Order: sequence, then structure tokens, then C-alpha cells
Amino acid sequence: MSYTRPTFRHPEQQKNSKGYHRRDYEGAISTLCAGCGHDSISSAIVQACFEMAIEPHRVAKLSGIGCSSKTPAYFLGKSHGFNSVHGRMPSIATGANMANRDLLYIGVSGDGDTASIGMGQFAHALRRNLNMNYICMNNGCYGLTKGQDSATADKGSAGKKGKPNPFESIDLCEIAIQLGASFVARSFSGDKQQLVPLIKAAISHNGLAFLDVISPCVTFNNTDRSTKSYQYVREHSEATGTFDFIPLQREILTRYDEGATQTVVMHDGSTLLLEKLEQEFDVTDQRRSVDKLEEAKERGRVLTGVIYVNPASKDTHDIIETTPRPLNSLTREDLCPGNDALEKINNSLR
Amino acid sequence: MEPIQSTNDFVIRFANVNGSGSASANNLFAKAIFRMGIPVSPKNIFPSNIQGLPTWYEVRVNDKGNLGRRGGVDMMVATNGQTLVQDYNELLPGGYFFYDSTRPLFDECDRDDIVEIGIPLTQLTNDAFTNPKLRQLLKNIVYVGALSHLLDIEFTVLTDAIGQQFRKKPKLAEPNIQALEIGRDYAKKHFNESCRLSLSRRENILQDSILVDGNSAAALGALYGGATVAGWYPITPSTSVIEAFERFSNIHRLEEDGSKKVAILQAEDELSALGMVIGASWNGSRAFTATSGPGISLMAEFLGLAYFAEVPAVVVNVQRTGPSTGMPTRTQQSDFIATAYASHGDTKNVLLIPCDPAECFELTADAFDLAERLQTPVLVMSDLDLGMNDHISRPFVWDDNREYDRGKTLTGEELDEFERNRERWGRYLDVDGDGICYRTIPGAHPTRGSYFTRGSSHDEYAAYTEDSGAYQRAMLRLDKKWQTAKTMMPEPHIKFRSTSAQAGNPLGALFFGTTTHSAYEAIDRLAEERIIIDTMRLRSFPCPQPAVDFIDQHEIVFVIEQNRDAQMRTLLIAEYGFHPDKLVSILNFDGKPITADFITESLKAKLAGRTGTDSSPHLATGGNV
Ligand SMILES: Cc1ncc(C[n+]2csc(CCOP(=O)(O)OP(=O)(O)O)c2C)c(N)n1
Ligand code: SF4
Repeated sequence: MSYTRPTFRHPEQQKNSKGYHRRDYEGAISTLCAGCGHDSISSAIVQACFEMAIEPHRVAKLSGIGCSSKTPAYFLGKSHGFNSVHGRMPSIATGANMANRDLLYIGVSGDGDTASIGMGQFAHALRRNLNMNYICMNNGCYGLTKGQDSATADKGSAGKKGKPNPFESIDLCEIAIQLGASFVARSFSGDKQQLVPLIKAAISHNGLAFLDVISPCVTFNNTDRSTKSYQYVREHSEATGTFDFIPLQREILTRYDEGATQTVVMHDGSTLLLEKLEQEFDVTDQRRSVDKLEEAKERGRVLTGVIYVNPASKDTHDIIETTPRPLNSLTREDLCPGNDALEKINNSLR
Repeated sequence: MEPIQSTNDFVIRFANVNGSGSASANNLFAKAIFRMGIPVSPKNIFPSNIQGLPTWYEVRVNDKGNLGRRGGVDMMVATNGQTLVQDYNELLPGGYFFYDSTRPLFDECDRDDIVEIGIPLTQLTNDAFTNPKLRQLLKNIVYVGALSHLLDIEFTVLTDAIGQQFRKKPKLAEPNIQALEIGRDYAKKHFNESCRLSLSRRENILQDSILVDGNSAAALGALYGGATVAGWYPITPSTSVIEAFERFSNIHRLEEDGSKKVAILQAEDELSALGMVIGASWNGSRAFTATSGPGISLMAEFLGLAYFAEVPAVVVNVQRTGPSTGMPTRTQQSDFIATAYASHGDTKNVLLIPCDPAECFELTADAFDLAERLQTPVLVMSDLDLGMNDHISRPFVWDDNREYDRGKTLTGEELDEFERNRERWGRYLDVDGDGICYRTIPGAHPTRGSYFTRGSSHDEYAAYTEDSGAYQRAMLRLDKKWQTAKTMMPEPHIKFRSTSAQAGNPLGALFFGTTTHSAYEAIDRLAEERIIIDTMRLRSFPCPQPAVDFIDQHEIVFVIEQNRDAQMRTLLIAEYGFHPDKLVSILNFDGKPITADFITESLKAKLAGRTGTDSSPHLATGGNV
């Protein structure tokens, strides 16, 4: 059951440039466990969309099945949502995006949803570079089915059931880079400062923007032996740098212009400013990005922040050369060749 | 034994080796007969490998227009050493055995009731052509040339067809025509009087018919039906539906700048293919996929989602032989139960059943209207025989005034209007009492009409609920929608054949899809023996009322289908409560298209009170008619 929020609005509540209040970006009241990382991610999505003045009805939010996949009910209540079947969000998003390239697609998935049952669809949405924002709420376990290990659980990591995971884990960011995602970032649900600008950058990216957000499951996987617990991530995370995301309308601030910085201009002209921790880290270098992830892992660190961006990315529509008009807006006149053409076809078959 | 004598009425079978280039020679042969105005029906019987195994091509010629398989072979063109003895023995008494006499026939080939026509195909080809690759292909054209003499095919029809085929490569036309002449001249010289099968031009039978395969026709149906998104995964025998759709789209779906008014994506599997269709349909595009049995199995989960969440989807299912991988390149009608009830829980899907290319076109185009009107998956149930073989068909016709029926899909303004005039909009509110609700498309309205689509239980306002009452209301409404669907289904084709003396005929027969042509022929043959059977060709599941009435009106209804388990009979009993004894099965499931001979014999056996050789319980029921 989803509970709706009261519609009362404080008269002095701030509006964004399109005239929407923050509340216009909220959804139903969450029914997830109190303290679940997923709720923080929902709220970061709300914040990012509000600040970017995205029109809520121009967003389609899609998900698979899992606690994480429930979250689209808890943000952007004025957007159409699609809670599909386990692991199959990418194909639904692909079809939806093919039908109307003008909407913003936010896909939400879990690590079970993405890295196990949905690995195939995940991989292929990446390689087609579908224009969407794909957020994996990664808690290293299956929340909704009560705590089994997922394929992203680190080897040796143990949840509430107490047994250390004996298998190698899948690093979704590495896979995403290798399979052709054109924007890859990792973040932590407890780090709103980092997450909100990342979501904004992902939204303005043309192509598949993959965000792997470590999102602790307080009920089944927040133990002191779990590598996806709040405490572990807080103690072991290491950011690529600090960020700012600057939409096209805003002037670029000069404070980033000194020291080790990198500016990535997105396809719509907005800018991602990265104050790097290490001089040689170039987020547009695909191979280095994978190395960076591996190096951090060797040091027992969880690398967060923007990991890879291809600013010249071409999305699926660009690749297959579809019309710039949304396909769902085409009319019979656009689509149906009519009886004369059919008569010609008949003649070719005689 | 007198050799068989017939004009424009015989069966000729070509026995070839897969991958030896016989397909184009055989097609040329069938096309020439078609262009002489004679009804012809070619069928490929081929293995599921690319090269080396035996393949057959059976051509039926029939002035009366009977174009199902007949059964039996009057002339065998045997070019495959591997199957030579089998092919030899399959010939009907009085038939003609045409073989490559470069080598002598095997000793086992020893019949005195057939006519042997030996032509040294290999030798003739090797003598005339030096290029080894070309030799292999042209050997096939040489036999077509020889047949042109033996069967009186108009030579210019053949040479014209070659000219047309190699329009863009005229250099290749030359050796092909030479090969035709070599075969013709050799046959002329050595076999003047030997063959009493002949072809004779007809002016008035075929009228404006076309010769086309069902998959191309279904692709055209999707094009005309307004499909803009296709997600698909290769599988025989459905792949050519999408290939043809792409071919047509490359001509008819381009913007002036060359960009495409269509998105065709080869998916990673069938799960994804149908997911794409559902996502696109949810977002207001018309979308479809084409698949076959194994793909349907994978799509089951999504079919259930589309049924319960009420998202339109069109699937062209070109059935092949199951279960599992079965015989991938053989035909069957064995996906009816799997598709009708595809997915777990109480799921029911709408099926449309074409019987020829014109219907593949029409019903595929209609499927998009129906899927949107009913907001549910609609499956077009073709099969390999229909999809991959050429068939003579009515030409395709499109009514230029036809609008796409988007069903109860509200634009932003309509949504405002709806809420002004009626009540608060709810995605799953049954406003009109027909079980079909009003839907909105993402982005349609800035403040209203957004909702959550989900496969879990939801109330009238699309909110998640586990309330038993709300769940049951939703399920009952879906059932009401199913009843409404019956009123939208294409009418069955019913023929009452009873004369006044036989009014109240107790005997009916029911069939569907590609069984149709052989069934009509069998029933016509029985009528000549004064066994009168009324017929109904079903075109959909669920059945509209006239179909139910037809079954009610007859004491016994033979249900003729191409599967082992009498799937349509099972559906009829399950859905309409007919007494099992009333529905008597005639079942062919050998992977080859059913023949008129088989149906005639089976019907006679049933009518004589015999149960036939099959021990299936369905064959046994109704044996005392
Ligand atoms: C086909 C199928 N198999 C299994 C399930 C059961 N199931 C529901 S959610 C889930 C795992 C969810 O884990 P994850 O994606 O990591 O999300 P979380 O709940 O941890 O946020 C499973 C296995 C299902 N719904 N469908
Ligand atoms: S079970 Fe875990 S993942 Fe699911 S809502 Fe609770 S805390 Fe979150």
C-alpha cells in the first residue's frame, strides 16, 4: 500500500524556474524500512529534478522488481511509472525510449535485478547506449526476498545471515564501462553532496548514464562484516574528487579553475566540473577508468564519483538514425503508404 | 500400369541437397506455372541445417484451385543420391521418376509400374560450363529446362522470369538461359512422347492473384498497421517477418532527410524483444515482435504482465514443430494452448488465425487495432507452412480512409474533457461497463493522468493493493473484457452445405489456419460421395458467438488440427463447455503440412465407426458416428 502525502504547501516554499515546488517532485510515502539507503536516493532524485526544473510529466520512471524497484512510487508522483518484472526494466525502457525520444527516462534497479536475473538486459541497454539514467541501488543483497547474497556482494562479505559470501563479486561500474556505457559513476546513498550533482550530470548526458549507488540495506546487510554497510562505506570510500554540475544557464564558477580540475562539457552544453584528487585522472579515458577502479579495490577502497564520461556519446536513436520526431507522434499520414503503393507491391508479386 | 495422365492437376516433388542452390531453380519452376495462370502451391520441406542434408520441394498444380497438400507424388525429380531409393519408392504407381542419369540408377530401384526419365544432368552441365561453382547451380536450371519440355512450360515465361531475376546482373542471366536450353533440347531429343503430365495456360482462374509468402504479408500488415517499433530475436521460421518489415520500411518509412520513421532493434533474446514492444506500446507507439514456439516460452512472463497491466502488444507467432526445439524447420499448429494461456495465474490472450497471405496482411494490421482497443496482447498465429512458403492469394487491399483505432487512449485535452464530464479519471475504472478502461500516455498532460503501471495487484486508480476485493474486482473486470473481446473478433467462415433434404445436418467440421485448404478439398471430395459436412473455419480465440452456435447446431463436429494433443478441441471444451464426445479430432502432427488425402481417409474412418491406427483418446471418441 502506498500512502499519499497531504497536498498542503507552505506559501513561501521555493519555486524552481518552471514554477514547480520541490513537493511537486515527491511521490507517495515510502514503505521501505526506516533508514533504507534507497529512500535517500529517492530524495536525491527529487532534489536533482527540482533543481534542474525538469517538468515532472516529461519524465518516465521505470523499474524492475525489488525494494529498490519500488522507489519510483516514492518520487516524481506526477510522472508515469512502470514497475515491470524482475530484471527486465532495460527492455521496457528501450521500447519506451524508442517510442518517444523526447522524455527523460529514469530507470531504477537493484543489484539483484541488474547483476543477476537482469544482467543480459543491463548489458545490452549499455551497448546500445540507450538515452536514460540507469540507477542501480546496490546493497549487495536481495532485500525484498529477505537478505540472500547478490552477485555484487564482495567475496567474504557477510550480511545478517552471517555466512561470508564465497564467490567473486561483479563490479557493475567496470562492466558498464567495458560494455559501452558513456557515463559511469559510483556514489553512496549517504553522500547527498556527491549524489545530487551526479544525478544532474547523468540527466543531461546523451546516452546511457549508469549510476551505481551503494545503498545499505539496514535490515539484512548492515552488519559489521558487510562491505555494503553504512559504516564500511563511510570508512572506505574514496572520491575521485569533488564535483559541481553547471546547467547551461548558469555561469561557470571560477573556483574550480585552479589546481587539478577537469571540465567536461555535456552534449547539451551544460558542464561537469571535477576537482580531481589525482592529477592524472582523466574521466574521459575509458581504459584508465577501469584501472582506477581496480587500483582502488586493491587498496581496499571504494572509489566514488564520476568514473567515466564520453562527452561525444551517440545514443541509440543517433546510431539507428531514427527521425528526430517522437515515433509515437507520427500519424497515419506519416506511416501508412496507402493503397496505391500496395497495388505496386501486388504487381511485383505477379 | 498406365502412366498417369493429367493436365494441370498433379504433384511434383523435387528431392535436393540442402545448400546446393536448388531453391531458386525450384522457385523459378513454380513461378512459371503461376505465370501461366495455373493454380500452384509450392512447399519447402527442409532440414534445419544450412548444408548437406536432404531437402524436398513439393509443388502441387491444381486447376480447381485446391492448394493444400494433396498427398502422393506423380513426378519425382530426384537429384539427391542420399534419398534416391526412398524417393523412388514414394512415387505413385504410374508416376514419373526423373533422375540424373550421369550415373546408372541403383539396383534397388526396381519398379515396373513407373516411368523412368534419365537425363545426364551432371554431364550436360559439366560439358557446357567450366566454373565449378556455377556448374552446381546451373545443374538445377538444366532440370527446369528439361521439365519445360516434358510438362509443356512456356519457354518464354521461364526466360522472362530469369531476365527479371537478374535485372541488375544481366551477365548472370546468360548462362541461366543457356542452361535452360540445354535441358530443354536434351529432353526434346530423347523424350518426345514419354510424359503425359502437362501444363496448359489458363486465362480466367487466377484473376488478379499474387504469389507471396505469409511472412512478407504479415510484415506488410505491420507496416500498414502503423507499427513504429519492432523488437525481435532471430528464430526460424519467423525471422523473415522482420527482415521483410525492414525491407519495406527502408522504402516506405523514410523522412526526407533519410532518417527513419521506425525503430527496429534486434534484441538480446525474446524476453527483451517483447519487453521493448510493451515499453513502446505503453508509451503510445504501435509495436510488435515476431517469434516462434521457443520464443513464446520465454515471452510468457511478459505476456502475463501485459495482460494484467493492460498494455497492448502484437506478436506474430510463426509456429513450428515442438515441444522444446522440436523440428525447427517443420510445421505444426501446436502453440495454441501455450499462447492462449501464456503466463502464470489466470491469464488469457487473444489469438488471430490467418490461413493465407492476404489474411496474414489483414489480421496483422487488425491486431494493432485490437491490441489497442482491448489493451492486451494479441498474437497472430501463423505457421511455417504459411509463413515461409509461397501461396497464391487475393491481392492486398488497403482502405485509404481507414483510421488507426487507438482505442480508449486519452490525449491531454480528452483527459480534461473526461474529468469535466464524467468522474475523476482512474486508469482501471470501468467507466463504460465493457471491461475496457481509459488509458493515458506518458507526457500527455502536465498535471493529470500519470499513473503507475505494474504487474502487481492494483486498484481502480492503479494504486498497489493487496485488498482481496480490489484484486477480485480487477480479475472479474478482465474477464468482462474477455467477453467484450468476443464481439470484436473476426467472424468465422461458415459454409452450410446441406441441401433442403439434409437440413439439420448432424455433421460439421472445424479447422483453422493452414489446415483450411486441404480440409476444404477433403470435404468437397466427400460431398461427391454424398457425405455432406458443414464447415467452419475459425479465425480467432476467443470464438465469437457464431462459432459457438455452429458447434451447438451440429451433433458431431470434427476438429481438424495439426498437433498431437488436440489443442483447439481442448480450448473449446475448456472455454465453452462442449461435451467432449461432440468434438472429434482429426490430427496430423508429422511436421509436414496436412494433406487432403489424410483428412479424407481419417473422416471416412471415423464415419465408418473405425478408430484408425492412432490410439489417441481423441481419435477414439465419437467413433460410433
Ligand atoms: C522471475 C522472478 N524471480 C524471482 C522473483 C523474486 N524476487 C523479487 S525481488 C528479488 C530480489 C531483489 O533484489 P534487488 O534487485 O537487489 O533489490 P533490493 O530488494 O535489494 O532492493 C527477487 C529474487 C521475482 N519477483 N521474479
Ligand atoms: S529490506 Fe533492506 S532493501 Fe528492503 S527496504 Fe528494508 S532496508 Fe531497504
